[in-house]
Amino acid sequence: MASRLMSLWQWVDSRMPTLGQEYRKHLTEYYAPKNFNFWYFFGSLALLVLVMQIVSGIFLTMNYKPDAALAFGSVEYIMRDVPGGWIIRYIHSTGASAFFVVVYLHMFRAMLYGSHRQPRELVWIFGVLIYLCLMAEAFMGYLLPWGQMSYWGAQVIVNLFGTIPFVGPDLALWIRGDYVISDATLNRFFAFHVIAVPLVLLGLVVFHLLALHDVGSNNPDGIEIKKKKDANGKPLDGIPFHPYYTVKDIVGAVVFLAIFAVVMFFIPNMGGYFLEANNFIPANSLQTPAHIAPLWYFTPFYSMLRAVPPLFNSQFPGVMVMGLAVLILFALPWLDRSPVKSIRYRGPIYKGALVLFIASFAVLAYLGTVPTNIWGQFGDWLGGIERATIIARVGTILYFAFFLLMPWYSRIDKTKPVPERVTK
Amino acid sequence: MKKLLIALLFAPLVCWAEEGGYRLDHAPIDPNDQVSLQAGARTFVNYCMGCHSANFMRYNRLTDLGLTEQEIKDNLIFTGEKVGETMKIAMPPKEGKAWFGVAPPDLSVEARARGADWLYTYLRSFYRDPKTTTGWNNLVFPNVGMPHVLWTLQGEKGLKVVKTPEEGGHERVEYELTEISKGSQNTVGYDTTVRDLVNFLVYVGEPAATSRERIGIVVLFVLLILFALTYALKKEYWKDVK
Repeated sequence: MASRLMSLWQWVDSRMPTLGQEYRKHLTEYYAPKNFNFWYFFGSLALLVLVMQIVSGIFLTMNYKPDAALAFGSVEYIMRDVPGGWIIRYIHSTGASAFFVVVYLHMFRAMLYGSHRQPRELVWIFGVLIYLCLMAEAFMGYLLPWGQMSYWGAQVIVNLFGTIPFVGPDLALWIRGDYVISDATLNRFFAFHVIAVPLVLLGLVVFHLLALHDVGSNNPDGIEIKKKKDANGKPLDGIPFHPYYTVKDIVGAVVFLAIFAVVMFFIPNMGGYFLEANNFIPANSLQTPAHIAPLWYFTPFYSMLRAVPPLFNSQFPGVMVMGLAVLILFALPWLDRSPVKSIRYRGPIYKGALVLFIASFAVLAYLGTVPTNIWGQFGDWLGGIERATIIARVGTILYFAFFLLMPWYSRIDKTKPVPERVTK
Repeated sequence: MKKLLIALLFAPLVCWAEEGGYRLDHAPIDPNDQVSLQAGARTFVNYCMGCHSANFMRYNRLTDLGLTEQEIKDNLIFTGEKVGETMKIAMPPKEGKAWFGVAPPDLSVEARARGADWLYTYLRSFYRDPKTTTGWNNLVFPNVGMPHVLWTLQGEKGLKVVKTPEEGGHERVEYELTEISKGSQNTVGYDTTVRDLVNFLVYVGEPAATSRERIGIVVLFVLLILFALTYALKKEYWKDVK
């Protein structure tokens, strides 16, 4: 049997040597640093969630109807009458949130260990592009169940484009294909969600990985393992990705799937964070819900939008701030001027800045899920302004300060000496 | 430091999203109590389905509640529909809108939109109000278009507003429901009827919920075994990594 397989493989290899070459290049002879820790699980987990979303998505399209009159009912049909339909649907709805959890932790890892720094700037740029695609994918997918939150969330987001001076209203009309969110919008969002964006996403993931494998993985020490090689030219601190990291990542995947299963089988709504209660009311263009909140993964940016005061009666400044908050990520590799990459050898300033950044991101995320009057108002001496709005403004300033002041504080920060070889 | 960062990352998930308004009573529902679910189904078809449909719910799915298809036909279907059909109603939404000001909503996923506690409190908070067109009003849903359909069971209530002055010139306003006339059930009996009905509505909102949890336990058990195996495999391979 084994020799049969071997001769079959030789038959293939003699006709298409690329397969074997790529297999060796990306798996058995791709040397990854041996000191990866907890934070290094999230790359492979993101890939796992991507596959889960694509597969569950394919099965959902078999019964989903992209039609304003039928969409809501077809989702309930999947939940009730399609055998195993509720499993497929909960995999997809939980997977959407899990994707963002994993990607946020993956990005945070880069900030911890300087994985975006030279020579990995392109890896980071492809990563941010993936994040942008993911946001588009999540936003358009959320319209498809055609509930009240789907409808009004889409209405709010598309109206953001309407605030752009001069071209805004026409642009919003062009995106919707109608004067309000309607069947036309649902159809085009369906097309984008199930084919256009996933194609781009897959392409970007390939580029993200190819760019990574050209320069090699970073590690928690932020040092280049390629600088120390043995007589055969293999990095002394590197181990082949396969089998070492494949067997390790499988353990990570099982743990992740266990947490995923707890959410999906026992708390699929996640207290209104993964599936909103109002989205179980069919879309109604004549009835605006009292409180429109996006899903949790967009709320930090939504908070910023609400925090920025309008200028000349236009919300455009808020929209700009929101857009810049995402786009500024592209500049991160060039903003960081520290002589070291990893947080292990950085000084207190960067550590403090990172804590403040994460805290402001978390507070903004929370505030985006609740009405702005949640913490009451300040007294008359501040014009009775809402406390939460002020906190959101402070959070927005801290978020941007983390990036914009980085060229200075990362340079003057006191660093520790970096070892020659990776540590445990 | 590390722990603090992780705690901060997950902080927003800890605070559940909640809505304000009238204080809701906790609904003591039990999705595994088939007697309660069957009683709720009976109340639903007898009282609610005059105006409300459950368009996504099939009659024969009610076999989940321990009923046979024959029992469902005999006790729960009054309109000659087939047992494989969904729980539709004859009232056109347009006329419903003309009669009540708003078309009575489909109740298939109402429990998922409102929550069990909301429904439980709402159905127990109707009171007589001569100012409304139906003669009924509700504490949880002020000026609701729906009259108190279960009033023959609960009896009629009136609203008493209790204002107690507090320090600083503020007033604390509390609402109390007082008895105007008795219904066929006492308070405990009516609460149980509503509990059963809400239990049924929660079931209708997600019929797969109980099997979902059952399958979930099996899945977690399989993953636990898989974890032990994959972890041992990882240990074995990583022995030679110095």
